[in-house]
Amino acid sequence: MKHVYDLHQAMISENLILVYEGEFTQEITKSVLSMVERNMDSVGEDSTIKRKVFNVMVECLQNIVKHSEEDNVENIKEHSAIFMIGKNDNAYIITSGNAVGNDVKGKIAEKIDYINKQDRDGLKALYKEIIKTGSISEKGGAGLGFVDMARKSGEKLIYDFKDIDGQSSFFSLQTIISRV
Amino acid sequence: MEIISLEGTEDTPKIILNKENGIFEISGRSLPEDSAEFYQPILDWIETYAGEPSDKTEFVFKLEYFNTASSKLILDVLSALEDIPGMSIIWYFHEDDEDMEEAGEEFSELVELPFEFKTY
Repeated sequence: MKHVYDLHQAMISENLILVYEGEFTQEITKSVLSMVERNMDSVGEDSTIKRKVFNVMVECLQNIVKHSEEDNVENIKEHSAIFMIGKNDNAYIITSGNAVGNDVKGKIAEKIDYINKQDRDGLKALYKEIIKTGSISEKGGAGLGFVDMARKSGEKLIYDFKDIDGQSSFFSLQTIISRV
Repeated sequence: MEIISLEGTEDTPKIILNKENGIFEISGRSLPEDSAEFYQPILDWIETYAGEPSDKTEFVFKLEYFNTASSKLILDVLSALEDIPGMSIIWYFHEDDEDMEEAGEEFSELVELPFEFKTY
């Protein structure tokens, strides 16, 4: 039972409020949101920060819900993904990880790199351009998730791909919401 | 004309569309699993209303939160309202919610409709 203690210690040392690993659905999304909201309420978190955290969590969680249904990741271990949120004195750190097909890896990286090059006004212009010209995808996304996360965060999105089996990679994404 | 009256839930907004009483309002949280499906009846209702509108219509948005998929649909709703004579938008935002204020301003720049901004 040592792993229980190890996990407990890891969560404390990483300042994690919540970690969820497994299948992602709209129902799970709502549960995770309400748990974190309750946590922020209990410490009397500032309402502007609360709204930003909520916002980024929704985009993050719904991204996973939508993309875990993709065909090219069907064989990946039970569609499982991970979501976690941590908090220190300066920031909330929202991190997700899920498997993606290597065929879409480049597209995701390109999109985030482009977003990370934009300043506040650039992101606003990009958002307006996508909302005006884009349409809702088959998966129900508006293609605005990363842009919105970057706007709410005000900082760069941090991401990484770790190869799983030559066909798919584990995509990790981290967004920071400053508390100061 | 048919009345739409939906109670808000933790992931869908409260919606009242009542021509007789002159209440047109979308409020609360909008992060449905399938926003296109959720907003379709609203868009259908507006299409019907556009054929027989009141002289003046004040359409109220009083949203606490909406996700990006909903934002696309909100723009679709606004676009559908655009050609209705006498239409104006009242955009409410919580007094300390700059993001919601900015979202309203952005929508107002994307459609040709008079916007009035109010805090709550």
